[in-house]
Amino acid sequence: MLTVEGLNQRYGGSHILRGVSFEAPPGEVTVLLGRNGVGKTTLLKTLMGLVPAASGRVTFLGQELSRAPSHRRVQAGIGYVPQGREIFPRLTVEENLRMGLASLPGGARVPDRVFELFPALRTMLRRRGGDLSGGQQQQLAIARALAMRPRLLILDEPTEGIQPSVIQEIERVIRALAAEGSMAILLVEQYYEFARSLAGRYLVMQRGEIVRRGEGSAMERDGVRGLLAL
Amino acid sequence: MRPGRRHLLLSLAAGALFVVALALGDQFLDSFQLRVSSLCAIYVVLALSLNLVNGFTGLFSLGHAGFMAVGAYTCALLTMTPEQKEMNFFLAPVVPWLAHLSIPFLPALVAAGLVAALIGFLVGAPALRLKDDYLAIATLGFAEIIRVVLTNTQTLTNGALGLKGLPMYATTWVVWPCAALSVAFMVFLTRSSYGRAMKAVRDDEIAAGAMGVDVFRVKVVSFTVSSFMAGVGGALLGHLLTTIDPKMFTFMLTFNILLVVVLGGIGSITGSVIAAIGVTILMEVLRFLDGPLNFGLFETEARPGLRMVVFSLLLMAVVLFRQRGLMGNREFSWSMFSRAGLARREDGRA
Repeated sequence: MLTVEGLNQRYGGSHILRGVSFEAPPGEVTVLLGRNGVGKTTLLKTLMGLVPAASGRVTFLGQELSRAPSHRRVQAGIGYVPQGREIFPRLTVEENLRMGLASLPGGARVPDRVFELFPALRTMLRRRGGDLSGGQQQQLAIARALAMRPRLLILDEPTEGIQPSVIQEIERVIRALAAEGSMAILLVEQYYEFARSLAGRYLVMQRGEIVRRGEGSAMERDGVRGLLAL
Repeated sequence: MRPGRRHLLLSLAAGALFVVALALGDQFLDSFQLRVSSLCAIYVVLALSLNLVNGFTGLFSLGHAGFMAVGAYTCALLTMTPEQKEMNFFLAPVVPWLAHLSIPFLPALVAAGLVAALIGFLVGAPALRLKDDYLAIATLGFAEIIRVVLTNTQTLTNGALGLKGLPMYATTWVVWPCAALSVAFMVFLTRSSYGRAMKAVRDDEIAAGAMGVDVFRVKVVSFTVSSFMAGVGGALLGHLLTTIDPKMFTFMLTFNILLVVVLGGIGSITGSVIAAIGVTILMEVLRFLDGPLNFGLFETEARPGLRMVVFSLLLMAVVLFRQRGLMGNREFSWSMFSRAGLARREDGRA
């Protein structure tokens, strides 16, 4: 579904992404792991067109998106949950969710499925995004990305700074979405246990390169944990 | 009665009351008071246009006086009669294609807005790639460039001499409907998906981009629409004062509008309307401060500009004690009264 070939990105004099290639198939969670500063978030931003790629190809559902601006990538069906749950603090929860529909034609509605996955959101539609707790904001950020019915969902460290019960909730949602079979999910994570329990396949990044990859079930055997330890 | 229906009736009643108040005011106020009232309406238009860019889209622009100047000059040159133009342009004759052009006020007002919007678009397209203080400096610079160009295009704008004897078209029945239209437009805009996209860009540009909002386009559209409103406001101001010259449109004018927006609340339509009317009236009421002051025991000489000190103090007080202005980014609604306990609660409880 998503195919990335030979992606390079430079910032100033440094080479941040070095020939990154991978695929993210539908109905599966592709987990991208790596220590701080290896270029995981930069890779996602490059995929979203928020930072320009120096070279390489990004194709999604047969569309060439390598040079497309962000909003075209979203229109193509890529939903993005940024790191640090960048919700709109001064908009209400409802307005935040409706922002997820920005790429769709007018009159689009937030699908009921979003509220089935996050029932708590229905009770706080009028509250301002900035007034929610960290965990609620993260759920709102995921719900907002799901409002547009994406074919690929990209999540950047959804467990960062979130209490365990909410992490379980998020894990349940990601599992349910993958089980539906039509959506591809690309998850960037540092929390090893969370990543391993969801991974259909894994990628490990070091200094801008993918150094190891394989089946999610083989993560333990492949010694991925050791690659992440400091 | 359902709250929605009751609120609609209340709004209609308030609208009718507003029209009656205008009619009474137009009949019974003296010419000075009417002028202040018209100035209030013009400041409402101007404050809303600046709030659209600064408050709702989060772009710190300081170029408003420039767009107002463009609107004021466009409208003046289009409405002045050939005789008036001949009288004004005594140093050098006006360019031939303008010499015999004279159109009615309303189309000229729209044209003023459109020309200002065009200039706004041309300025915005490059400048909006900048952010925060860089954008503020760039827009300020553009406004100064516009002013310098107006000063030096003798055959087009009559240069530093300005234009005198414009027809007094900015009457109560012109300016207040313009203000009401601006309020209605802003309310409509902020409730639309486009307005939501503007607020999203203000809150978090990266997240807005990631949601599929064309961030740059939203910024340019907001800036262009705001320039249109500024152009109309400038044109109305010119036809109220009946005299315009480039010195009117310095940074001080932008500052006055910014003062209104900040005092009223950045991102609040209600706040802008209240502050525009309040500040305009206060500016006239405090005019005595500019003259000699009699303290009983001693008398000071006239110090022009002293009344602006009051506004500077007011601004400082707001920045220190109420950063978000009068209204923050809240808006007026009829349910405010019931929430404050001044009327029956909508759910029927006392």
